[in-house]
Amino acid sequence: MSVSTAPGSGTFPCGVHPPEGKSFAKDCPIEVLPTPKQVRIATQQNVGAPCEGLLKPRQEVTAGEQIGSAEAFISAPLHSPLTGAAAMAQAVTLANGRHMQAMVINASEEPQPLEGQALLDDVYGGDWPLGALEQYAPEQIVDAVKTAGIVGQGGAAFPTYVKLLRNDEKPIDTVVLNGCECEPYLTADYRLMVEFPQPILAGAILAARATGASKIYVGIEDNKPLAIETLQAAAAGTGVEIAVLKTKYPQGSEKQTMYAITGREAGPGKLPSEVGCCVINVATAAAIARAVVRNKPLTHRVVTVTGGGIKEPKNLLVPVGVSCQVLINYCGGLTDDAERVISGGPMMGFTMGNIDSPVTKGTSGLTVLRTSDLAHTTETNCVRCGRCVDVCPMGLVPTRIALASRNQLWDLAKQYHILACVECGCCSYTCPAALPLVQLIRMGKVSMPRD
Amino acid sequence: MSNTKPTHHVATSPHLADAKFTTRRMMTDVLIALLPLVIFSIYIYRQYAVQQILTCVSACALTELLFSMARGKAFSLRDGSAVVTGVILALTFPWSTPLHVAIIASAIAVACGKMVFGGVGMNLFNPAMVGRAFVMLAFASALGSVGYIGDDGKTVPNPDVAMPWLVDMGVLPKDVAQKSTEETASVTAVSGATTMSSATPMGANKKRETAARKGETAGFVTKIMPLVIGTHLGSLGEVSAIGCLLGGLFLLIRRTAAWQIPLGMIVGAGLIAAILQAMDPSSPWTIGHELCGGALLFGAFFIATDPVTSPLTSKGRFLFGLGIGLLTMVIRKLSGYPEGVMFAVLLMNAIVPLINRWTIPAPFGAEKKA
Repeated sequence: MSVSTAPGSGTFPCGVHPPEGKSFAKDCPIEVLPTPKQVRIATQQNVGAPCEGLLKPRQEVTAGEQIGSAEAFISAPLHSPLTGAAAMAQAVTLANGRHMQAMVINASEEPQPLEGQALLDDVYGGDWPLGALEQYAPEQIVDAVKTAGIVGQGGAAFPTYVKLLRNDEKPIDTVVLNGCECEPYLTADYRLMVEFPQPILAGAILAARATGASKIYVGIEDNKPLAIETLQAAAAGTGVEIAVLKTKYPQGSEKQTMYAITGREAGPGKLPSEVGCCVINVATAAAIARAVVRNKPLTHRVVTVTGGGIKEPKNLLVPVGVSCQVLINYCGGLTDDAERVISGGPMMGFTMGNIDSPVTKGTSGLTVLRTSDLAHTTETNCVRCGRCVDVCPMGLVPTRIALASRNQLWDLAKQYHILACVECGCCSYTCPAALPLVQLIRMGKVSMPRD
Repeated sequence: MSNTKPTHHVATSPHLADAKFTTRRMMTDVLIALLPLVIFSIYIYRQYAVQQILTCVSACALTELLFSMARGKAFSLRDGSAVVTGVILALTFPWSTPLHVAIIASAIAVACGKMVFGGVGMNLFNPAMVGRAFVMLAFASALGSVGYIGDDGKTVPNPDVAMPWLVDMGVLPKDVAQKSTEETASVTAVSGATTMSSATPMGANKKRETAARKGETAGFVTKIMPLVIGTHLGSLGEVSAIGCLLGGLFLLIRRTAAWQIPLGMIVGAGLIAAILQAMDPSSPWTIGHELCGGALLFGAFFIATDPVTSPLTSKGRFLFGLGIGLLTMVIRKLSGYPEGVMFAVLLMNAIVPLINRWTIPAPFGAEKKA
């Protein structure tokens, strides 16, 4: 492995080392989920404003057709992943607990225009003109990303085109691709990097063209040597550099990745763009490439279905809107000792009370934990050991904020910078008294009075 | 189509926890770290050490049980904090401490030091030090220098008890039984005839310094080696500097104790000791004596590092340690007490909440305020 010239230290202060759990699905190549009978497209899949549904019942739709319009600045349009007919809109509950309207599309009886291997080839496969991306003008790239409805696929689902806009006051000089996938168990980004490095690199170069950045780094944790090798080989001659980062949770948190690679810090409430960086997840980069080069919207994504509670862990290419139940059934179903079905990974994911929730653009995986994977400890008093302080990547004092939240002492919580918390969960993971620290902080953040 | 099991457990993230690291493990670590000192104290004081430790541990546990029952809460002994308090308390006593004093100290430590605040984690002051301070004031005669050596210069306060092995080990001088007063032994010690003492090194030095101010000669200076190894008179567990370092190192490696606290304490005490030595370079009582003598190292690694009663941030912990080190030296040099670790710890415990407020760290990436 060549030594990266990235100015950062390759790591960040604090953090924890949870069990990696990647072995369940690490070596499962991306499979295409057979076309489901129905998808339900939630009208808000991104940070920001919801979409307005354009579908009328029984209306015919074709795959890739726009079915939701986004008028607001921070929003993203929706597209149908299937050819078929619209049904009555339904209320759905997303994995994160939000209730909203969803447009329902039933797949047509005839085969879809793209299925199986052909679909995979269309989304990520084939050749990508890594050397001929100059033909795309910055405005053209931003436009394509905006109309393709691309949002961050790492989980936060922030509309990507906003990140690519040029700002003359705060010019962006560095594009950072986030391939850390620090969340335990998840392997969707890993498989994508190993199997399809080209669209990732194409997306990175396009993002750099759009923003005017001169440096491009791909940050990958050192527990993924195959991904590092593959990308290094594919990136030869493109000017994209692979930065090998220390395996530590939450290395993939945007601000931590940026710090580890560039040494730049974006403080609480600040975006990476304010210090000249544009941080994009690797899957998002691949979607950018597809939108710009192939003119296709974001309708499919790779989802890891993994954990000890699932019979056959897999990495699946699935249409947005498919029910999680369908994914689980395709993976052989749950084992008898499955206890929690989590949308996302075990550190920041949401448990689902109803596994019939639809997949959204931000769903990176389904992790099913067994009873034996979960910590069964009873909460005791805080012994003020300071372990949470030692591991907090944001440099906070979690125990103080959590107990202030529990007692609704909002002034105290603010003094201890409650809003700087990124809810990574390192504090709860490490607490010897099994206090629900991040859970209390999260509760405090939503229930404290706004100024 | 849904076969959702109603048994699916819903909870907020994170769903994993570091099961290896628990409050109980922290307490077990402290007990393991205390082992060298416990073994050493039993080696020197034999059945008297065993008796002290057993008394304090069982009295602490019993008090905890009674309070748990009174409060209608589950018996909280499982976390091991009462046992830790008992062992630490026992190790701060002279071997001759009467049983009733040890029992009262244990009861006060757990009851007034911990349980009245709401149990482990809620107390402001180090429980063992609360118990120790109470009996130190209430039973001054049992815990003063007489507790270590009889006023008459005999080896023990109670003439019926003899510990001849102490002479063989070199803890007590051979001729101590013949000396009519402590002072005569001390004079020979100063002249270098013997390094052994019939008083604690801290007490003897205090006596020497007090007398020197009046232009008299009294007390003596213990040599540094016995202080390091622990072959001198003192409280059960605090005599051996090596034992303290050994156990302390284990705690630091396990990250059960915060390294900033002992560092701060040693820096604080060392600073004043260095100034004093610079002012009087010819003094036989050196910076090494100050650091290895008395309860400084024991306090630095086992008492001040009690997480409940120390600050949360690294900066706060260092300040806390520094304060204890400075206060200890102030008490040693300016008060009537030969040793000041206990009061220094209690005083600094009282301002821990303040230290926490002073040292709220700036979040990652935040502009540092000037």
